[in-house]
Amino acid sequence: MELQAVPRHPPEHMENPYLPHMARIVRIHRMVPDNYLFQLRFLDDAVVQKWDHRPGQFVELSVIGTGEAPISISSSPTRKGILELCIRRMGRVTSALYRLPTNSMVGIRGPYGNGFPVEEMAGHDLLIIAGGLGMAPLRSLLWYALDYRERFGTVTLMYGARSPAEMLFREELLSLAEVEDFNCLLTVDRDPTGTWKQNIGLLPSLFQKMTFDPNRTYAAVVGPPIVYKFVLAELLKLNFHKDRILMSLERRMKCGIGKCGHCSVGYKYTCIHGPVFTYWDAINLPEIV
Amino acid sequence: MKILKLAKENLDLFVSVLPAFGEVYAPIKRGKEFVFERPSRWSDVQMKYTRTMLPPKKLVLPPCETTLTFDPEKGYRDLLAEASKPLVLFGVHSYDIYGLNILDRVFAQAKYPDPYYITRRKNTAIIGVDFVPDDKHLASSMNADFVDSGFDLFLSDIGNDYLVLVGTSRGDDMVVMSNCLMQMPTEADFDEYKKRSQLRRDAYKVHVALEDLPEILEMEYHSAVWDEMGERCLSCGSCSMVCPTCYCFDVGDEVDFGSRKGRRIRSWDSCLLRTHALVAGGENFRAERSSRVKFRYYHKQRGFVAEYGRPSCVGCGRCVEVCPAEINIISVIQSIRGERDGTASGAPASS
Repeated sequence: MELQAVPRHPPEHMENPYLPHMARIVRIHRMVPDNYLFQLRFLDDAVVQKWDHRPGQFVELSVIGTGEAPISISSSPTRKGILELCIRRMGRVTSALYRLPTNSMVGIRGPYGNGFPVEEMAGHDLLIIAGGLGMAPLRSLLWYALDYRERFGTVTLMYGARSPAEMLFREELLSLAEVEDFNCLLTVDRDPTGTWKQNIGLLPSLFQKMTFDPNRTYAAVVGPPIVYKFVLAELLKLNFHKDRILMSLERRMKCGIGKCGHCSVGYKYTCIHGPVFTYWDAINLPEIV
Repeated sequence: MKILKLAKENLDLFVSVLPAFGEVYAPIKRGKEFVFERPSRWSDVQMKYTRTMLPPKKLVLPPCETTLTFDPEKGYRDLLAEASKPLVLFGVHSYDIYGLNILDRVFAQAKYPDPYYITRRKNTAIIGVDFVPDDKHLASSMNADFVDSGFDLFLSDIGNDYLVLVGTSRGDDMVVMSNCLMQMPTEADFDEYKKRSQLRRDAYKVHVALEDLPEILEMEYHSAVWDEMGERCLSCGSCSMVCPTCYCFDVGDEVDFGSRKGRRIRSWDSCLLRTHALVAGGENFRAERSSRVKFRYYHKQRGFVAEYGRPSCVGCGRCVEVCPAEINIISVIQSIRGERDGTASGAPASS
């Protein structure tokens, strides 16, 4: 006869970081075809109260019956209550999300990643450079800087999209520029409609419009690889410090908490060591950009 | 540390107390291989074995594990309670204990403790046994030929007896429950232990130097050695499956037929497999085989040193045994050190 052993360490009191919190889709803002802004609210008020994130962090979004995907946070931690995710229809999970009507439930866990070092950036000028979908995570940083306007010197946004129709948060940015104290430089590669009143030209051309003091400026850059290539070259030409150029990387963060290995870059994990890396980190890591 | 001794003839009696501490797993022979399994009778248990096919990670980080269930009405529920089944893992070699200690750093001592791993780990008692290295073990090079923690009991052969190190309070409970089977060791027993310990250390046939490896890896990042290995690698992932410290996993949702209910399952993955660095939209950051082979060794020998102060290899020799293309820790280190030409046999240099 075999003895029945009793567990010495029952798991009841352990927090489970893999367990999503349920959230309701309160509004879907169809900003750009295949790139909607989803506004979410956690069902559990305790989660709403406890929730805090840094600009540049991400969440793991679960669509019940489909799976989970990492999504960067577009809302600012200064605006509590609603979590905003700007999501492109891309893979299985995001396609399933696009089929959900308003009021549906999704799972959210996080926030994960290091985010932008906002304490370290305080007291400096801020140059936010977004290319294409790079505006999604940078919008959080922009709102944060505007809500804590007194903490920063000059704040500048340079945002380039292919056309006005593909520009994320276009109306919001145009109206913010009218009332808030920041330099808002928007550009499009081309304007098929002929109604665009802002800049036309590639993103790096915006550097001619401004001067920067590299000794007192942090630059935050997010965009596709081509943007990094040309924007980083400009920043280095202007003598920006390599450890004050911040960039955010995208990989498939499956667990979000430094375990599953899928988001590794060189030998760092994007999910815990990043997704925000300095340019100095980047050039010291193999396979980063 | 409390040190006792157990007469070999009393081992059978002693192990009869183990089921009170959990389901017992021990090394048994299956075909030509050894595996950690539930022995149907104690005489099947191998006290002297080279290495098991899979390391003990299979019990604390199962190859396939359901972590959550989901239901459109109720959301997600965790299945943590199922991870708390007590186990006793008997007959673990020092390098495998070290392997678990390394997994602890990632899964238990890191910023986000993994509750499934921790629950299994805490409910798994470990009883170590000593071993004599063969021509594939390189545990001494990896400082994993002796361990001072990570076991409840550790048995070392000293002739007619085992010297028993008592590592935990649970280990001591086993001793107490066995009702005075253990005795106090004598000076002569310690002398015998020292003599055999020296013999075990001298028995290693493979040695690799680690000290300057992180720098050499930096220098050899663009070496043709990786391309040559990429040509040979079959991307089968066997090296990851058998590695005591490979822990990458994949996550997928399985849905019941005709409903939206289902479960979230995590399963072993390998950075050698083509889809490991694939992201939504189709971009693959490591589409080349050579980049995947390279990544594996940089993570173990370079990344772990940066993050945890030591490489994650424990020198078990399993990758030496299983890789069909003879790409393994020994051949890789020797190749990047320029100690062998890239197309060399891949078998341990000493054999």
